[in-house]
Amino acid sequence: MGTSRVTTINFESELRRAGAHSTHGWRRLAFLAQRYLLGTIGLVIMVMFVWMAISADLIARYDPLSVDSAQRLAPPSAAHWMGTDSFGRDVWSRIIHGARISLAVGIGATALGSSIGVIVGLVSGYLSGWVDLLFQRITDILQALPLLVLALVMTAALGPSLPNVIIAIAIPLIPTVARVIRANTLALREQPFVEAAKSIGMSETRIALRHVLPNTLAPLIVLATAQLGSTILTEASLSFLGLGIPEPYPSWGRMLSESAAEYVRTAPWLVIFPGVAISLAVFGTNLFGDALRDILDPRQRG
Amino acid sequence: MSDQRPLLEVTDLVKHYAVRGGVLRRRVGTVHAVDGVSFSVAKGETLGLVGESGCGKSTVARAVLRLVEPSSGAIKLNGTDITGLSKAEMRPHRRSMQIVFQDPFASLNPRMTAGDIVGEPLAVHGLATGRAQQERVAELFAQVGLRPDQMKNYPHQFSGGQRQRICIARALSLGPSLIVCDEPVSALDVSIQAQVINLLIDLQRKNDFSYLFIAHDLAVVAHISHRVAVMYLGRIVEIADKSELFANPRHPYTQALLASVPVADPKAKRLAPMVDGDVPSPINPPSGCAFHTRCRYVMDRCKVERPALVEAGERHQVACWLNDGTGRPE
Repeated sequence: MGTSRVTTINFESELRRAGAHSTHGWRRLAFLAQRYLLGTIGLVIMVMFVWMAISADLIARYDPLSVDSAQRLAPPSAAHWMGTDSFGRDVWSRIIHGARISLAVGIGATALGSSIGVIVGLVSGYLSGWVDLLFQRITDILQALPLLVLALVMTAALGPSLPNVIIAIAIPLIPTVARVIRANTLALREQPFVEAAKSIGMSETRIALRHVLPNTLAPLIVLATAQLGSTILTEASLSFLGLGIPEPYPSWGRMLSESAAEYVRTAPWLVIFPGVAISLAVFGTNLFGDALRDILDPRQRG
Repeated sequence: MSDQRPLLEVTDLVKHYAVRGGVLRRRVGTVHAVDGVSFSVAKGETLGLVGESGCGKSTVARAVLRLVEPSSGAIKLNGTDITGLSKAEMRPHRRSMQIVFQDPFASLNPRMTAGDIVGEPLAVHGLATGRAQQERVAELFAQVGLRPDQMKNYPHQFSGGQRQRICIARALSLGPSLIVCDEPVSALDVSIQAQVINLLIDLQRKNDFSYLFIAHDLAVVAHISHRVAVMYLGRIVEIADKSELFANPRHPYTQALLASVPVADPKAKRLAPMVDGDVPSPINPPSGCAFHTRCRYVMDRCKVERPALVEAGERHQVACWLNDGTGRPE
């Protein structure tokens, strides 16, 4: 039958098409780094933030929560590289610890949303019929609302805490992931290798898990990386609006909201540094996500 | 070929697809993909099924394996009607029949190694696991002309012909008595086609299973088949032993097909094309004999009455009104 073979992505051959002729691991990595320079920069930025989050206690020069009234609103200096806030807390230390929150929420929400999205998409695409119809309409409703508005309503309902913020940001991600996985599942279902699995007498569950799911992973990785930036941004927005991570834990978004109105003119470092941190993190993940998409999924190339 | 009970017996197989349209998804038409097909395949026999694209060959193949549900008709495998069986009841019968598809690139899961692909049926049916499975897979690899050390490789590391060998090994793994081949060589280079066809013939000699061999290339069918059935628009129009069919085609459509086979002789005179135009749509198949719109011998009766398959010679059936329903001898 004339089914297309474009639905499955072959990592090896995509790499070769991208020009990586060497099969040696390191040399190939070096080649890719050279070819996707922006992606490499993105990866470096991401790695930097991850390293900051992991070793925050070692890098930070002060306790991010300790208040020092003598040092209120001190401008950047040798002692306080990024100055201090209105409570005299060190901004540099707070930004480093804020990376933990941002990454925890970003990675947590992306992982949770993607996992549920994969299950929904797989079930929906595989069972089709009324299950599919129901899931699709729920997805439509969810997608009609902007990510931030939905997350706002969720945190308002659940109450602000780290797990709740993760859940609130994860739920709006489900439809996007579910759609991609469903579309892929629908295409894969018609592939002869799935028909062959059926003719062998495999159970539907086994076919879905062993033959369909592994072939949807490449677009999933691409999508999840692309979503990572927007979850970090959503967390910052939620915290800015006062519904994110509760006090006193440092969150970049709330650092902005605490200072934006009052101190933007008198102590601009309070606005500039958290803003730069948010932008840089989102920028890094987006650059990396774009490069990953180009490597793994060239058909989506813009 | 003995006259025992046939291995596969298909009776009046019908597969209609609904064409839905409009907001309410109402049924606005019916695709008559397969419209009353009957044939049988004996043990150790190869039945070739030929016809133009869209005539329903592949649907017959998939219906036989219950990959599509037939609308009506009976499919008997070793005397058991498998059309009404549930998934669980169907499972033991799945071991008896396997399929090899046309596209060797799409019929192997790109994320599994060749060894896992061939070994998976054994695991699913609980026939062999662990070391025993590895050994059995190595054996199967050797049987289809692949090296056992290629078991670790992924499908993209194989050529088209090698991939088709993996598909054949997978089909063999359960020890089937019937292998349905759905245009297994039409996606391959001509030089590779011969190798794969000869492999299929060798395997049949050794294992004594039957093939339902679907193709549009008459030369390939002529090489491998014992009997040949010709399909046109969802129906079988002629069925006979290979030598009889090629020497003595009685249906005008079969004659046209045979005349269209290219001859490897530049000086050979080409016969005038015997059929013009395209296959009519299976959504509204012509009344009477479906071929009447393109047949040069069309009579009034052909447009009204549908001819049935009747004996027109020894082990030779044809569905044509010419010569009192025995077709036109050349």
